Amino acid sequence: MKSLTLLLLLVFSLSIPNSLSFQSDELLIEDEEFVKSPDLSRPSISPLTRKTVSDSGSDSKVQFVLEHAFGDSEFTPAGTFSARLKTWSHGGQTLTKLRFSRKDLSREDKESFKTLLEGDDFYRIRVPSNVISPPGRDYIISSVKARCLPQTGLDEHFVIHMDGVNILGVNYGSLAVCQYPRQYKLPSKWAFTSHTVLKSTEQAPRTPAFSEDIGSTEIGGEDEGVKPLERSFWAKYWMYLIPLGLIVMNAVTQAMNMPEEQAGGQPASQPQQVNGPLPRGPGSRR
Amino acid sequence: MAILRVLTSLLLLFSSFNFSHSLYEDQVGLMDWHQQYIGKVKQAVFQTQKAGRKRVIVSTDENVVASLDLRRGEIFWRKVLGAKDSVDEIALALGKYVITLSSEGSVLRAWNLPDGLMVWESFLTGSESSKPLLLVPETLKVDKDSVILVYGCGSLHAISSIDGEVLWSKDLATEGILVQQLIYNDENDFVYAVGFDGVSKFHLYQINAKNGELLKHNSAAYPGGFSGEMLLVTKDRLVTLDSSRSTVVAIEISEEKIVFEPTQVSDLQDVSGTAVLLPAKLAGIFAVKVNTVILFVKVTNFGKLELVDKLDHTVAVSDALSFSEGQQAFALVQHEGSKIDLTIKLNNDWSSNLLKESINMDQDRGVVQKMFINNYIRTDRSYGFRALLVMEDHSLLLVQQGEIVWSREDSLASVIDVTTSELPVEKDGVSVAKVEHSLFDWLQGHLLKLKGTLMLATPDEVVAIQKMRLQSSEKSKMTRDHNGFRKLLIVLTRAGKVFALHTGDGRIIWSQLLHTLRKTGSCESPSGLKLLQWQVPHHHAMDENPSVLVTGRCGVTSDSPGVLSIVDAYSGKEVNSFSSIHSIVQVIPLPYTDSKERRLHLLIDDVKRAHLYPQTSEAVEIFKSEFTNIYWYSVEENNGILRGHAVKSNCILDVADEYCFETRDLWSVVFPSESEKIITTVTRKLNEVVHTQAKVIADEDVMFKYISKNILFVATVSPKATGEIGSVTPEESSLVVYLIDTITGRILHRMTHHGSQGPVHAVLSENWVVYHYFNLRAHRYEMSVIEIYDQSRADNKDVLKLVFGKHNLTSPISSYSRPDVVTKSQSYFFTHSVKTIAVTSTAKGITSRQLLVGTIGDQVLALDKRFLDPRRSLNPTAAEKEEGIIPLTDSLPILPQSYVTHALKVENLRGIEVIPAKLESTTLIFAYGVDLFFTRLAPSRTYDSLTEDFSYALLLITIVALVVAIFVTWILSERKELQEKWR
Repeated sequence: MKSLTLLLLLVFSLSIPNSLSFQSDELLIEDEEFVKSPDLSRPSISPLTRKTVSDSGSDSKVQFVLEHAFGDSEFTPAGTFSARLKTWSHGGQTLTKLRFSRKDLSREDKESFKTLLEGDDFYRIRVPSNVISPPGRDYIISSVKARCLPQTGLDEHFVIHMDGVNILGVNYGSLAVCQYPRQYKLPSKWAFTSHTVLKSTEQAPRTPAFSEDIGSTEIGGEDEGVKPLERSFWAKYWMYLIPLGLIVMNAVTQAMNMPEEQAGGQPASQPQQVNGPLPRGPGSRR
Repeated sequence: MAILRVLTSLLLLFSSFNFSHSLYEDQVGLMDWHQQYIGKVKQAVFQTQKAGRKRVIVSTDENVVASLDLRRGEIFWRKVLGAKDSVDEIALALGKYVITLSSEGSVLRAWNLPDGLMVWESFLTGSESSKPLLLVPETLKVDKDSVILVYGCGSLHAISSIDGEVLWSKDLATEGILVQQLIYNDENDFVYAVGFDGVSKFHLYQINAKNGELLKHNSAAYPGGFSGEMLLVTKDRLVTLDSSRSTVVAIEISEEKIVFEPTQVSDLQDVSGTAVLLPAKLAGIFAVKVNTVILFVKVTNFGKLELVDKLDHTVAVSDALSFSEGQQAFALVQHEGSKIDLTIKLNNDWSSNLLKESINMDQDRGVVQKMFINNYIRTDRSYGFRALLVMEDHSLLLVQQGEIVWSREDSLASVIDVTTSELPVEKDGVSVAKVEHSLFDWLQGHLLKLKGTLMLATPDEVVAIQKMRLQSSEKSKMTRDHNGFRKLLIVLTRAGKVFALHTGDGRIIWSQLLHTLRKTGSCESPSGLKLLQWQVPHHHAMDENPSVLVTGRCGVTSDSPGVLSIVDAYSGKEVNSFSSIHSIVQVIPLPYTDSKERRLHLLIDDVKRAHLYPQTSEAVEIFKSEFTNIYWYSVEENNGILRGHAVKSNCILDVADEYCFETRDLWSVVFPSESEKIITTVTRKLNEVVHTQAKVIADEDVMFKYISKNILFVATVSPKATGEIGSVTPEESSLVVYLIDTITGRILHRMTHHGSQGPVHAVLSENWVVYHYFNLRAHRYEMSVIEIYDQSRADNKDVLKLVFGKHNLTSPISSYSRPDVVTKSQSYFFTHSVKTIAVTSTAKGITSRQLLVGTIGDQVLALDKRFLDPRRSLNPTAAEKEEGIIPLTDSLPILPQSYVTHALKVENLRGIEVIPAKLESTTLIFAYGVDLFFTRLAPSRTYDSLTEDFSYALLLITIVALVVAIFVTWILSERKELQEKWR
């Protein structure tokens, strides 16, 4: 029995960092510390048992309710999120170790869900925007086309974006591809498989700051004046240079065919060759 | 060695960038145009005495002070003050300075009259804000120095007109008295400052104008209270209204006492209603508006009021103008059908007219709103008058001898929204030859160009070439061109006037003052909101005209009733209009069109009902079939909430309305009010085209762009940090940026910039967003880029899978599928602060993109998107370099050649509109503010067409020469062969 608990503990301690992999490293280290304290992880192994654990030091347990609505019906409680509220020494508060337990769907719920599936309507959920003093300023609503949920069971994924104790938004839906037109399909099992992920904000990468290289950029910037001139010369006058080249080549082949003493035809092409580089240069040369 | 390599690569890079968008000096004006405006005139001062160039100095609603040529209406000089520095008063001093009082009486400036250079500037301080007053007494001198009297910020200041030094100042606001008028008494150098304290007490200060000493302070209470406005009628008589606005109170002031003489308005004329004093300064007479009539009342010497005339309310009155000894005149303008009647009257003689003229006036200009008059001496030595009229459509006209001498369309200084329309297709009947030159002219023109190219042209010919290029009839034709450069720019202005400008030369094709946006009894303060394309015919392009939809509202608040107008884009005629309908909060163009190719629009009102337009049963049918696929979002900036919506069902109203739909909320994102406040939201442009879905990166790997039309970029800052830059410490401020899917409300990406602050300017295109903000820690502006890639399609790289069809490339993309995205981002320093950012867009989206940055200097800078690539690294590998990755630098380069506006400025730049041309390489750019600027831009050079100055003649001559040369050599060789055979 004891070994079983230990095993469970181990499994749990391994699973926690995974589920929180979206958080920054800083938080993760703290989380692992909590996992080591044995009495915290145990009650939450089974998702259906809910228990408020006594506060230990600076963290406490919070719970908030998930409500759902079928189409345009009223919102009714659908489950409870429970999490650990960690108060930091500098006054900030963060949620960790979020767990979710869903109520079983009642008969009416199943009926309403079926009508949703038939009508390809929205299944809507909402959570409070503040977990300490629900509902906060307003509810966070999220909805999904009901036909997106049924897989083998009812598959749902919550990605909750948090800022301290505030919930900003919930990405709700299933993993499956779900494009229009959606197929009407009843779930084989009327139970939700829920997955939850907590997300907090990312830090923006810092602007690179290096002083020496600025100098080299500027040098590069100064020298640039020469190159484009050369390029634009070719780019601008290729249509004259190519025929000129052809003429020259033509003349040369002519000359090759001719015996040495009879060079009478050549002088005509020579002056043109001299004229070649003369055409108007780019504006700056004038 | 490494440095050298970096150097050379940089060199290569810059060389390749630079000439991608620079311009030769003689190319200016070839494909760009620039127009200068001043805005609606608030005040005008004439300067016609002894000056060789007659001019009028005006101040406008756009905070512009300008000097206009009185003969032609051209701008001599123009100064645009900052956005918050609105001009209150202008005056002339010493005959050579223009004095402006701005920023609610706190900044006084003197400008040199001939050239507009600033001579001095004086900042006035005071305890509280008050009505700004400016008085330039001609005779007042302190130590041979002319003095300007200014009442601003609750204090009276005397300022030297030579250098702007404050000679003395006197605080008058300490007792809560707000001064309404300054009266200068030139007999004994007194200044009277008169005003009210609260509502019932009248105060009079007598101040020595030489030293600011307070000589006397009188006050008297009037039991009826005052309404607040006041007019000086004669030197010692003021006129005001009591608090009920039913009694005119004449106030006689003298050194000893203050006497009130109330007269009921109903006693003057049998009218009822609230009275309003008109601000016209007419000596001895004043004008009161009661309901729809204007009463002209004379104040007699004994303080008696006497009605002299009663006129319709559309009449406009000028201030009195003294023109010869003791003679004062003023002007009246009345509308008479398509004409206006201008009457000049002497102040002391109402019955006779000094001058009466009738002028033909375009109906499209609306009513006269303001008038300023000026006198001149005619050739026969009698007095003549000219009048400057400010019309309802903000245009400015000069009227003299019964004719309009010149007019300026100054509503174009306040463009609200821009859209474009294609020009008519060239019809068979219209011959091209008529517009084109004859063949001979054409050849001659090209010969001239050839001469220019070969540097053989004389200076005269160079001028001729330049002129020919600028006037090339090709670009200003009224038909569609093959390259799609010629279009109509349809602009909506604040005056409610819609203009169509030709992109070729910027001329006005038509203009229309929309009657739905004109001020009427039911619509007190109409304002235009948006301009959208309503009908774009493709199949019926030959016989149907495109049209645009103008939306507006009557009033300032979002719940005020809306107005709609549909305007024909070719003729400017109003095809259809709806006035006083439901309120308009959001306008959503839907991607569906009906059989007449009219676009379906959804208008959301303030109670979140959706209204469908056009209101036809066909439109409803189309809409119903796509019912479930229509989503939109709304941003509640003050609440910090984003919401997603969808259509639910028809409205349940008392009167059945099949075009009205109820909506429901699908999702919401709530930003914590204590730490985040929305400052910017940006979406992708609806008409943007993306060519490549994938990006091949250096190691022959492929990344798939996450391309969704439904991405929203949101930037929030700490509520403390919404103020000016520097008002918070870096620790207190942070900037959070979000990428949100607007169908499901998913937050795709969220990132915090600590120690940063707004204002944020952003642009979203393809799969990236670029935004500009201020970094408080580095004390510099920064630009960041976020690129977002789709990982769910990353498996498609396997060739084998592609061959065997085991890929999901063809599967449609749905917002309801869980997105699997990765983002890359990087930040760079950017020297300028920014007014607006846009991005180029081309017809097919193949051409690389440039960011168009509207800088604080009112110019448009083109910045290659490659500079804002998050994959830039310090030492890119050879493969990466080949791909075009620029070595990382900490700041973005600003190359002087890459200013799209070259040497020009678009004063008070407000927006940049980008229109793709038909030619893939080219995009059209229209920047607007007080000025308008239009140009063509080719971000990757014009790879698909020859340049404008390409000399066809030279090519022809070369070919001909070649052919001749071939023949000559052929004959020669024939002859030689013959000779050889004969040998």
